[in-house]
Amino acid sequence: MSKSRRDADSCPAIKNILILDSEGKRVAVKYYSDEWPTNSSRLAFEKSLFTKSLKSNARNEAEISMFDSNIVIYKFVQDLHFFVTGGDEENELILASVLQGLYDAIALLLRGVVDKREALENLDLIFLCIDEIVDQGMILEIDANVLAGKVAIQNMDVSAPLSEQTISQALASAREHLTRTLLK
Amino acid sequence: MAQPLVKKDDDRDDEADYSPFLGIEKGAVLQEARVFNDPQLDPRRCSQVITKLLYLLNQGESFTKVEATEVFFAVTKLFQSRDIGLRRMVYMMIKELSPSADEVIIVTSSLMKDMTSKTDMYRANAIRVLCRITDGTLLTQIERYLKQAIVDKNPVVASAALVSGIHLLQTNPEIVKRWSNEVQEAVQSRAALVQFHALALLHQIRQNDRLAVNKLVTSLTRGSVRSPLAQCLLIRYTSQVIRESANNTQTGDRPFYDFLEGCLRHKAEMVIFEAARAITELNGVTSRELTPAITVLQLFLSSSKPVLRFAAVRTLNKVAMTHPMAVTNCNIDMESLISDQNRSIATLAITTLLKTGNESSVDRLMKQITNFMSDIADEFKIVVVEAIRSLCLKFPLKHRSLMNFLSNILREEGGFEYKKAIVDSIVILIRDIPEAKESGLLHLCEFIEDCEFTYLSTQILHFLGIEGPKTSDPSKYIRYIYNRVHLENATVRAGAVSTLAKFGAMVDSLKPRIFVLLRRCVFDNDDEVRDRATLYLNTLGGDGAVVETGEDVKDFLFGSLDIPLVNLENSLKNYEASEEPFDINSVPREVKTQPLAEKKAPGKKPTGLGAPPPGPPSTVDAYEKLLSSIPEFANFGKLFKSSAPVELTEAETEYAVNVVKHIFDGHVVFQYNCTNTIPEQLLENVIVVVDASEAEEFAEVASKPLRSLPYDSPGQTFVAFEKPEGVPAVGKFSNMLRFIVKEVDPSTGEAEDDGVEDEYQLEDLEVVAADYMLKVGVSNFRNAWESMGADFERVDEYGLGPRDSLAEAVNAVINLLGMQPCEGTEVVPNNSRSHTCLLSGVYIGNVKVLVRLQFGLDGPKDVAMKLAVRSEDEVVSDAIHEIVASG
Repeated sequence: MSKSRRDADSCPAIKNILILDSEGKRVAVKYYSDEWPTNSSRLAFEKSLFTKSLKSNARNEAEISMFDSNIVIYKFVQDLHFFVTGGDEENELILASVLQGLYDAIALLLRGVVDKREALENLDLIFLCIDEIVDQGMILEIDANVLAGKVAIQNMDVSAPLSEQTISQALASAREHLTRTLLK
Repeated sequence: MAQPLVKKDDDRDDEADYSPFLGIEKGAVLQEARVFNDPQLDPRRCSQVITKLLYLLNQGESFTKVEATEVFFAVTKLFQSRDIGLRRMVYMMIKELSPSADEVIIVTSSLMKDMTSKTDMYRANAIRVLCRITDGTLLTQIERYLKQAIVDKNPVVASAALVSGIHLLQTNPEIVKRWSNEVQEAVQSRAALVQFHALALLHQIRQNDRLAVNKLVTSLTRGSVRSPLAQCLLIRYTSQVIRESANNTQTGDRPFYDFLEGCLRHKAEMVIFEAARAITELNGVTSRELTPAITVLQLFLSSSKPVLRFAAVRTLNKVAMTHPMAVTNCNIDMESLISDQNRSIATLAITTLLKTGNESSVDRLMKQITNFMSDIADEFKIVVVEAIRSLCLKFPLKHRSLMNFLSNILREEGGFEYKKAIVDSIVILIRDIPEAKESGLLHLCEFIEDCEFTYLSTQILHFLGIEGPKTSDPSKYIRYIYNRVHLENATVRAGAVSTLAKFGAMVDSLKPRIFVLLRRCVFDNDDEVRDRATLYLNTLGGDGAVVETGEDVKDFLFGSLDIPLVNLENSLKNYEASEEPFDINSVPREVKTQPLAEKKAPGKKPTGLGAPPPGPPSTVDAYEKLLSSIPEFANFGKLFKSSAPVELTEAETEYAVNVVKHIFDGHVVFQYNCTNTIPEQLLENVIVVVDASEAEEFAEVASKPLRSLPYDSPGQTFVAFEKPEGVPAVGKFSNMLRFIVKEVDPSTGEAEDDGVEDEYQLEDLEVVAADYMLKVGVSNFRNAWESMGADFERVDEYGLGPRDSLAEAVNAVINLLGMQPCEGTEVVPNNSRSHTCLLSGVYIGNVKVLVRLQFGLDGPKDVAMKLAVRSEDEVVSDAIHEIVASG
């Protein structure tokens, strides 16, 4: 990542977002920091993070821990483990809001059934959701309704025959949904 | 909703490890990707294949260059489809593949079309993708659209453009800075996240303009920022403004404090916390200013959310270091956190309590901690140990219970770092609290009876050797030490022998007994142990006579070795057995990164056992070895100094070259480190042609070309010059890289037979006076100065002209002379009008030089300097003045 964002007075930066399963295997991960340049360093990070967090009770409320001079916030739901990592000077509550946004958006997209099987079957939605929440370390959107709205746009009427008419209709309703959530 | 990628099986519930990607294989998926080329595209099928490709990448699978290119070209075909979901997947896939410059061109027009599309989702994503993959040349073409997008009425589009702007600012600042009007407009957006992104970008554009940041903060703190995230940013920028203006407003209220305090009543927790943290971090914060912040943090302590509790207790923990009294109000809430499920929170709570607690609560706290220690991780235990240490220093009367606690946990299981933290703490307590010495030493003795860490055993033995003989009854330690000689490995045995010798040297009454023990060690089966025993028997006069131990013997036993061990080791390796005995004075004393002065700075309390931190291996040795292996340079004598590498090319050019200047008494060798960054080229016969017409005293005597320089494997070429012996000649050299270039087939890696001769201009290089100066510190400047005497002292005054600041002037002179600043005098306190800086070094010819610089501000900006030099040679003293006069 760029240097300037490491400065004390700069923007909140996300270093990675991880979704692992109950054995610590990847469901979907995204790294934004060059702190872990290789796949093996990433796997090592995931493994030790998974092992260390395993004992904690992060089912009701998100839990938090310092880990190698990083702050990691995590939440477990069924057989899925969600992690968001930021620098040790980061505002913990901002990181927590990213995790919450991610989890809530995924819950909306998976219609309340948040588990590994459902996540893998809808992996495109999970990827899109991660893509919409953070862009190269910069928080892009954290409101779960807006996030889910942005991701769900793409999946309207995929199979229906397309015409400009239906697209604009779909978008109009999506936009309406979006503004509604923004203004509330 | 999305389709499942695999048909659901009715009985799949029985499978424990069901996954739609079970048995997925890269080759097969790449085959499947051929559907992208079908004339009749099936959007759903294509989306599924992209998901599979993304899944593979996500699992850590990598594509070869050929595979990635193939996939990329296939994906670009999908722009033909008007399926909105598929397009979204295409965008994501392109970002993941991070295409090369020539591939980017293929998608540029499609993306630019999407950027101007009526569909918001297309515009937003096309902007993100294009800005991610573009190399800057394209940026001017799309700048107009980006500016429009920043003020787009759709917040998603605006955010996409703003966030892309933040990223582009790192690579193309001059272009992004032109957008500030649009960005400013976006700051007023009604959409929360747009405001956040716009504020972040605007601040980054203006961050070097203090006045503009000040204005931005002033106007926004008055208005209403809607987004909590933007409000957090504003708080950060406000604290920055406060920090920078703090010096001007010593009296009266702090500017913007009211704004920060107001944020404590914000409805979003993240804003409240950000403001509270900002207040606690204010420079010289008063307790009146702290109170409201502490109050909100205290509320967070009893939150049901671990994240809030953690954030609050971590901040309070920091406050407790500087303002322990301000945190005492939270003690009751803090105590309930000791049993927190989250061990990070519990540890932070305990250490905060240890910092804020009063003497009477110590015993109660210790009891609670003892119960709690067994089930936390080592890293937290270390935090606790450190807190106990500072507590003990604060309440020396409590040393007994705290020392007992430390010795108890020392006996329990634990890793090296943890044990080291405990031992370090005990050692510090022994040093600082005289009453704790005897019990502390005995605890350490007991510990080494059963210690599995060689490092700790030897360190403790060393420490015992220094402290033990000074106690009332030194003899009681002998048993513990001599037991080591029986039971331990050779390293510890050797350490024990040295410690025994120290007792013998210091305590005359013990001498006969020590001799008996040392004589037994002469039969040890390890060389080192035997050698040490023999050495000590001889130096202490082991013939049985009890004689007064000589000063020089004590000096030898207890004095510190002021030569870097790495240098000594290397010189010993290079020493060849001959008539001439090894001379310890020939060992170079220069330490590259860990100046001696700093390590030994007086007044600085040694932390722990006084073991010097392991410095990085000195590069001097590596250079010396390298140069002496080249026959042309073998007769140049002893290497005096090697400079740090000087870059001769800009970053990211075709060939990266830097140079190291090696100074010998009568020669200078330039070592050019070259890297070829073009995969398609192989360079041969690489040499640097040096024009020394602006360096009159230098004459080229030898050069050593580099035979071959393949892609990305650095190599060196050398050029040597003769110069007048012992004279600090200076000059400017221009450099031209000359080589034969051969094309390389990237697929096979084979080079063509025929090459073309080519040249590449490098930047100029200078040999300056500082190159003849070694940075060598002295531990006590005043002593060194007095003992050097005023025989060859030269004093003069100089006007340095207008300077940005006093600190800048001080740095400039230090760099000009290339000497080692002593006793931290290189740091100029803020706002001082005068400053004294002490420097030390060794000039070519091994002449010690000490310099005392006195700076003063003369008028608003003009800096005047008085330079006093003392050295062992008047010529050198004059030379230093000449350097300053001509610099």
